[in-house]
Amino acid sequence: MIYWELFLIYLQIGAFSFGGGYAAMPLIQSLVVQQKGWLTMAEYADLTTIAEMTPGPIAVNSATFVGQKMAGLPGALVCTLGCVLPSLIIVLLLAWLYTKYREMTVVKNVLGQLRPAVVAMIAGAGLTIILFAFFGTSTLKDISFASIHWVEIGLYVASLILIRKFKWGPIQIIFSTALFGSLIYMFL
Amino acid sequence: MEEKKKVSMVTLFFSMLTISAFTFGGGFVIIGMMRKKFCDELQWVTDDEVLDMTAIAQSAPGALAVNSSVIFGYRIAGIKGALISALATVIPPIVILSIVAMCYTSFASNSYVKTALQVMRAGVGAIITDVILDLGKNIFSSKNVIHILLMFAAFIASWFFGVSSIALILVFLVLGLLRTLITRKENLA
Repeated sequence: MIYWELFLIYLQIGAFSFGGGYAAMPLIQSLVVQQKGWLTMAEYADLTTIAEMTPGPIAVNSATFVGQKMAGLPGALVCTLGCVLPSLIIVLLLAWLYTKYREMTVVKNVLGQLRPAVVAMIAGAGLTIILFAFFGTSTLKDISFASIHWVEIGLYVASLILIRKFKWGPIQIIFSTALFGSLIYMFL
Repeated sequence: MEEKKKVSMVTLFFSMLTISAFTFGGGFVIIGMMRKKFCDELQWVTDDEVLDMTAIAQSAPGALAVNSSVIFGYRIAGIKGALISALATVIPPIVILSIVAMCYTSFASNSYVKTALQVMRAGVGAIITDVILDLGKNIFSSKNVIHILLMFAAFIASWFFGVSSIALILVFLVLGLLRTLITRKENLA
């Protein structure tokens, strides 16, 4: 039965993709493309592009894409459920442990030590996005003066001022940059 | 414990829904958005909790966005909160992907879409910069030299040497345990 098969494959993708979106990609490729043949390599390449252009995690996006193709909307729902179920169970367990033991001295010390690392990881992700916006690449050796996107730098500075000084919300910022940036490029 | 504002399931659902629908740029950006919403604006969670939950979300398998929405939801409103927030997180991708998959070719080759996505990164970059400034300020104002050094070490390891987030968290976990054991021995001696 196709629903059960879809569910089981996405259950594996959900359970074994450690380390965020890009960790799920090789798993999707080996299970969905090579093992099951549900997507051709060309469709898989399309999926990667779509996942990059739309919000939402790659694994969840691919669940809808594959499920929809194989078995319509019910297929999409079954795949998404399979993909999210392991997270739900494992994270709920961890969340329960965290709530229960967070006041313990050992746990407190260890978590206290983890926090700077988390800040660093968020900062790393942020820097990658900023470099992409400013130079169209995040690899340092590919960055050159000629590749500077001045419009994006202007939008970035304006956005930062609007957030810090005028308390604009994230959604307002995303919409405004998309709108004004597109307009500027249209008339440039 | 600090006093927290009253929680509404409807607000939780719609906050997660909008964050999920408009957040381009991956898991850590989602966490930045959640911090702005649930910590700054609604004051349902504290800053330290945000960082703890991020570390936990990152150490479980699955998408970071889903994991963090589950743990934020649980912390805010128990199991019911976790389910509501997970549901709100997956609805936008299901809807958007169903539509985009149907008209993929015209969508991906549309130059307006391409430009909008490129310029949007400037806004997303500014949002995450704002979050990083706040979080970094907290670490610096703690005046804990070891934590400040660890933050830079972790940044260099992950950004310049490509050490994965999970590896970093494991290393810091072990370091934290060792430090706790050593200080405890000193106290006993």
